[in-house]
Amino acid sequence: MPDESKSPPPQPPDGEKPPGAERPATTGSTASAAPLPAATKPATAAPEKPAAAAATTPPKPAAPAKPAGPVPLPWASPLVDKLTRQFGTGLEALTYLGQNYLQVDRSLIPTVLQILRDEDKFDYCVDITAVHYPKRERQFDVVWILYSFAHNERVRVKTQIADGEHIPSVSSLWATANWLEREVFDMFGIQFDGHPELKRILLPDGWKGHPLRKDYGIIQQDQEWVQINLGIESGQ
Amino acid sequence: MTDPSSSVSHLDLDESKKTFLDANELILNMGPQHPATHGVLRVILRLDGEKVMGLECVIGYLHRGVEKIAEHRTYTMFNPYVDRMDYVAAVSNGLGYCEAVEKLLNIEAPPRAKYIRVILTELNRLASHQLWLGTHALDIGAMTPLFYTFRDREEILKIFEKYCGARLTTHAFRIGGCQYETYEGFEKDVKKFLAFVAPKIDEYEELLTTNRIWVERTKNVGTISAKDCIALGVTGPVLRASGVKWDLRKAQPYAAYKEFEFEIPTGENGDTYDRYLVRMAEMRQSLRIIQQAVDGIPEGPIMAKVSKVMKPPVGEIYHSIEAPKGELGYFIVSDGSTQPYRVRVRPPSFVNLQALDLMCRGQLVADVIAVIGTLDIVLGEVDR
Repeated sequence: MPDESKSPPPQPPDGEKPPGAERPATTGSTASAAPLPAATKPATAAPEKPAAAAATTPPKPAAPAKPAGPVPLPWASPLVDKLTRQFGTGLEALTYLGQNYLQVDRSLIPTVLQILRDEDKFDYCVDITAVHYPKRERQFDVVWILYSFAHNERVRVKTQIADGEHIPSVSSLWATANWLEREVFDMFGIQFDGHPELKRILLPDGWKGHPLRKDYGIIQQDQEWVQINLGIESGQ
Repeated sequence: MTDPSSSVSHLDLDESKKTFLDANELILNMGPQHPATHGVLRVILRLDGEKVMGLECVIGYLHRGVEKIAEHRTYTMFNPYVDRMDYVAAVSNGLGYCEAVEKLLNIEAPPRAKYIRVILTELNRLASHQLWLGTHALDIGAMTPLFYTFRDREEILKIFEKYCGARLTTHAFRIGGCQYETYEGFEKDVKKFLAFVAPKIDEYEELLTTNRIWVERTKNVGTISAKDCIALGVTGPVLRASGVKWDLRKAQPYAAYKEFEFEIPTGENGDTYDRYLVRMAEMRQSLRIIQQAVDGIPEGPIMAKVSKVMKPPVGEIYHSIEAPKGELGYFIVSDGSTQPYRVRVRPPSFVNLQALDLMCRGQLVADVIAVIGTLDIVLGEVDR
């Protein structure tokens, strides 16, 4: 499995990097190979090094020609006005590539989702998922993708939670959340409070760990299994 | 002679029924290896005699960790993997993925590529519906339609094979357009196929629509209301058969669907029979779309300008298409590198399968088979 030696994920997208939050990103994978970004960076910075002698030049991010990509813009709509009036700074409304999303404070999640469903007719919960940013203090983004049949409109609601932090289940708002939350639990280990039956869905009950976390390595698990069950060293 | 009244008290049906049934709720395990579960689905049924009181689905037997694999592949390398989810509608999966990445890269496929995409995707929808019809009818006991539909589906697969070399997991599209120009005689082949298949759909209907056994087995079976569909996130023909006129090809058009005329067939009762009718009507609409696309296919390039090393800017995108089974969505997070930071697939089969419990309650065991068939699930997509 050559892909397992992939370098630790580079800078996560909207990662504010708190100074104290340096967790080992890939405890599971064999970090023997040189990380890719580190391997390419010195190559570009190499000619500069002799000139700058002893100075502690940080490798310059040499990306001059590349045009700046699209950036999230503030999203203005009556819905956003209403929500900001009610919640103030706990909520940020942005639009990226024409898709609207709300960055919501963790404590406001149940209220905001309830309002979106009841008052703004987001009656169809398309998907619930999560993204893991191991370097961030609050490691997980939980994402709800909602759709309104009445307005033919989509919105994504995002919040950040820390590892081990619980989040209220929305299965009482949208019945479809039942399995979707189970999958998030299965893959990320995020607990949903008030879920009728939070257990693994795709993986067997006895499975260890949560595979879609970035620090989850299959190699480690494989070696362990081979050692326990076959009594030999794994060749992986 | 015993007093009749005493014997009545002895055989009090109501009383005995209660105790008898309470003591005899039967747990029946169906699958994972069962020919009518269309793959490896395990259903644990709670039965009261023949009646289904509730059920639980156990899934994950085909879980391959597609979303995890994506994090270790480049955007291009992951493309063939999506074909392996809904393997009877691989073209749709590829279309959704390619368009999602294109959106993330902020590029658009050229018009000709979009037309080719529409033609192949609609052919694939037809193939998927044909496979559904054949197996669904077989489950219920009508064997003939299977041979009819597979015979005609073969013609679609032949077109795929001539176009890209593969029949099922086609990998027909690339990020930015299509890899292959249409082959010599492609349009002729497609037109020939349209003329060939239109009467065949009538033939399927002749076999089933007024067939007494078919009607008895499907009418008022597995009924689900529009409200429940929406609450459960059920999409595709199942939602439409419950009377909601909603199709992503119309609601949020992608590829070149804006340019074609077609209708969204809907049902009224939300039962298995209506879902059958909706899918039959959808096949005809697909033919209409293909006809228009073949007639109006523009000349021009088939590939947008895409750099060999794809590095979408930091950000995230959700893009969904109307796959034959319902809303197929991709949520992709990019960290600016060549590999996606996270790919989430929103599979229609997975979400639709959740409705099985509700749809089967109060029905007979034999109807569970019909309802699994009518949901049109593909376990490769449920488990990913």
